[in-house]
Amino acid sequence: MAKIIAGVGSSHVPAIGAAIDNNRTEEPYWKRVFSGFEKSKEWFTKTKPDVAIIVYNDHASAFSTDLIPTFALGAATEFPPADEGWGPRPVPVVQGHPQLASHIAQSVILDEFDLTVCNKMEVDHGMTVPMNLVMGKKNPDEHWPCPVIPLAVNVVMFPPPTGHRCLMLGKAIRRAVESYPEDLRVVIFGTGGLSHQISGPRAGLINSKWDKNFLDNLTKDPVKLSKIPHIDYMREAGAEGIEMVMWLIMRGALGDNVEEVYRFYTVPASNTAVGHIIMETRDKPKPSARKSSARKKPAASKRAVVAKSKAKAKPRRAAAAAKKVDRVRS
Amino acid sequence: MARREQAYDDIPGTFVFDAERAREGYPINTFCMSLMKDENRKAFKADEAGYIKQFHMTPDQEKAILTRDYNRMLELGANIYFTAKLGATDGHSFQHLAAVMTGNTQQAYADMMLAGGRNVDKNRSTTGMNTPVSLSDDVFAAGAAKPKAKAKPAAKAKVAKAGAAKAKSKTKAKASAKKSSPKSKSSKKRK
Ligand SMILES: [Fe+2]
Repeated sequence: MAKIIAGVGSSHVPAIGAAIDNNRTEEPYWKRVFSGFEKSKEWFTKTKPDVAIIVYNDHASAFSTDLIPTFALGAATEFPPADEGWGPRPVPVVQGHPQLASHIAQSVILDEFDLTVCNKMEVDHGMTVPMNLVMGKKNPDEHWPCPVIPLAVNVVMFPPPTGHRCLMLGKAIRRAVESYPEDLRVVIFGTGGLSHQISGPRAGLINSKWDKNFLDNLTKDPVKLSKIPHIDYMREAGAEGIEMVMWLIMRGALGDNVEEVYRFYTVPASNTAVGHIIMETRDKPKPSARKSSARKKPAASKRAVVAKSKAKAKPRRAAAAAKKVDRVRS
Repeated sequence: MARREQAYDDIPGTFVFDAERAREGYPINTFCMSLMKDENRKAFKADEAGYIKQFHMTPDQEKAILTRDYNRMLELGANIYFTAKLGATDGHSFQHLAAVMTGNTQQAYADMMLAGGRNVDKNRSTTGMNTPVSLSDDVFAAGAAKPKAKAKPAAKAKVAKAGAAKAKSKTKAKASAKKSSPKSKSSKKRK
């Protein structure tokens, strides 16, 4: 049985991709951003998922306004990087997982989510930037560490799907993955955001308080997040901040029991607040032997990072996260 | 037919790219998309007015493009990810466009971003809905982390105050949302 083992939230700012492609990651401005993802790369290498599902949006690269699918799942064998006006990003072609992808499509459509299936699709920075941040820099002749199933969400034309719809789709994806016969360990990415507006006279808007509360509630109360109306995202987190609904698909796919194992936040990268979180799914603790089972289950070597983070008390981690926010803001 | 009023029309300095604008702006966005190809960029640069004729835009849309009025393009149905391609054709970075749209020099805009970006306070609404909602609200944050709130009585007092303000503003907000737009249109220009 396939299993979703973790969720990753990450901004997908195009300028981050440009900084990677032009070898500017060591400049102080960019180092501030990239240093926040060093731990994530370690985590990803240790976790070694078999497949990644990446929820992202296209930015007028693969989709014009001819066709605007709300949810488009990539079932192709490979997804070439799109030419976004400066030539395709110098990254490897993304290998798909057509079997799992078509299984998910079949499962969630019968679960009443009317997906568009893409058997040919190019992918833009919305997908490849988070891949770089968490999987590291890769040259075109190298390989990404695992196959990827892209899920493109319309967040460009208003209205995008509601937060509730996104959370529910995530749950349907979880059911789909869990009904796949092969033993696969799957990580799901939610990308985009956090607060930013890049259009019109109000461009440059950032709302760190909103962002922090959003990150806090991803683990604490995703249902509350799923009730936020679109207008609140636009008013509070910027017209383009509405991309954050995509994180709720990722969150929905993680089930009820998650643990935040890493977080990073910094302002700005170009016009955007960069947010990043890693959450791991946990088995429901047995009501009887609660402490011992919850503590000892992830003892396998692959879970080393988890064990470490678990050792820290919760309030302390929250405080550390808050401190990190302050530090990078100044 | 005039554009239908929407609840989000009162967000200052913002042209929400909704389904109606997507329909109206289809020719502009299709034009911008065409600039992904080098031969089209060259043809456009050689004869701008002639090149855009094939997209059957309204005279207002054509004018906005020829004068590079980026805010007007958005108002007439263009989307920023598309107009960015026009900016790139002119050799401009995205931050340059952002600076132009906000009426800043690029340096001033970049400095604002480095200083933490444009503050949301007083930038929420042109019709008085300037009280934080949901996630921006202190009440929400404190509610999510109860044990800590106890340790800081000062913070708690602030929270309670914000709570009262929110309750009030909610009813006010509803009322103003209903009346809304004729006024908001004239006051659309931020600050
Ligand atoms: Fe995006």
